[in-house]
Amino acid sequence: MKSNKSPTHSNTSFKVVAPKLFDAHCTACWFVAAVMCLMVASFWSLDLQWAQFLTWSAFQKMGKFIAELFPPNVEPAFLKKLFVASLETLAMSALGTILAVILGLALALPASKSHAEDPARWRSATRLVLNALRSIPELVWAAMLLITVGLGPFAGTLALALHTAGVLGRLFAEAIENAPASPSFALRTRGVGVGRVFMYATLPQILPQLLSYTLYRWENNIRAAAVLGVVGAGGLGQMLSYHLGLFQMRETSSVLIAMLILVAIVDALSYASRKFLER
Amino acid sequence: MTPTSAKPELRDPAWLGRMFWWLAAAVILWPLLKLTEFKPSLLFEPGALKPTWHFLTDFFPPKLDAEFLIMLVRETWRTVAIATAGLTLAMLLAIPLCLLSVRVLSISALNGRMAFLPSVARQAIRSVLIVLRSVPELVWALLFVRIVGLGPTSGVLAIALAYSGMLGKVYADILESGEPHATQSLLRNGTGRLQAFFYALLPQTAAELTSYTVYRWECAIRSSAVLGFVGAGGLGQQMDSSMKMFNGSEVCSMLIVFMLLVWLADKISAWLRQGLA
Repeated sequence: MKSNKSPTHSNTSFKVVAPKLFDAHCTACWFVAAVMCLMVASFWSLDLQWAQFLTWSAFQKMGKFIAELFPPNVEPAFLKKLFVASLETLAMSALGTILAVILGLALALPASKSHAEDPARWRSATRLVLNALRSIPELVWAAMLLITVGLGPFAGTLALALHTAGVLGRLFAEAIENAPASPSFALRTRGVGVGRVFMYATLPQILPQLLSYTLYRWENNIRAAAVLGVVGAGGLGQMLSYHLGLFQMRETSSVLIAMLILVAIVDALSYASRKFLER
Repeated sequence: MTPTSAKPELRDPAWLGRMFWWLAAAVILWPLLKLTEFKPSLLFEPGALKPTWHFLTDFFPPKLDAEFLIMLVRETWRTVAIATAGLTLAMLLAIPLCLLSVRVLSISALNGRMAFLPSVARQAIRSVLIVLRSVPELVWALLFVRIVGLGPTSGVLAIALAYSGMLGKVYADILESGEPHATQSLLRNGTGRLQAFFYALLPQTAAELTSYTVYRWECAIRSSAVLGFVGAGGLGQQMDSSMKMFNGSEVCSMLIVFMLLVWLADKISAWLRQGLA
């Protein structure tokens, strides 16, 4: 029992120091503190009606609401209307995406600086336009276009086209700027015009990328088109808000199911195509 | 020029293919144009041009008086608050569901295949998450406006449900993509699942999880601004009522505020995620 006395081979007892709860040098602490403040302030400033959905009567109300949704309406006449509305949604998303590709590519050309000597005078101006198009969501575009073209799928198509043009334009511009420069350089030094350099050197290289961006946005747009109708812009969404507004709950649930099926099909197709492309 | 053209220098080898694609495009486009009632002439009808012109000229100057600006600031804050509160509730729902569905934390899976009951339970929770996520938040908001009435409550609930599905699914994917070795050796040595999560799984993936949450917060701000259009409070609700009154100057200042908000959220989230990477 002399081990306590010799310090050389003792089992040093380690003292576990609990980490400080907050340290001014620790960035993560500040981050967590800021997030906490934001959360507390949010809940405090919103007059949330907890009573509306956490009391027994609210649960009963919700149960009644859900019970009214069953059984879904599956009359053939109604299903046909639903099918037409789904097709309309698909058509809106497809045409909106096609228009967006045309508009986006038209804006991406002035928005990109394709080579070092390219003056690209319109670059910042068109980028501003693209950012404005992009940062206004489809639904807001649709609500504004309703003033001009009235209710119906045309407004929804244009709304999708405008928002997506902003998104695709920016992606396209970046694709053009990042394309390998040597083929277009080779053509340019031989005096080939700007348009033909783009068509024969830049475009063939970035085409797969443009295509994959476009398909990705189309997938997004199908989802967006399904709900755009809520403000009156055609498709499944319009049917949803119509039947929900008239308290026709059985029809509402059929529309909801149609929406879910549409989204599920799109998800499955995109998953399958991605698997196929990865092989 | 047909491919059988007499002069060889005028022969077009790609003629057939080009013709085929033009025809195919026409055949596909025609029903699309029909179904979407695509009539660009509508844009230029005098009946449509006049209100549009009126609305657009009203855009300038944007409305900037003090009372209106104070209202705008308040509604902008409410938009951010709806997004934050919704995301908080979504996390409260997503984290337990994600922990229940993560396959790495299965004890029976340590030796071979997962037992039948746990694997069925995990699959069931995953499908709940998928359903939550595949109903768009706008539809959730419509339904909740019907149940709890107009106002921010339905916006918060809509975001909470839709985003809990997304967060739960992606959290589970992130946790499963990590290196399972540390987790498994803790589990093999008899720790509980929560301990294994906190000491092995979470430290590996914390940065990625936070980064994804911040990104989703940015998305939630964008969608909470839009949810107002169905009556779920925030900037969108004000914008909707101004648009219904054709008040261009109010819409213009709201659009500017909206773009600033989206831009700011984008910058903050990019900055935070850069710090986390």
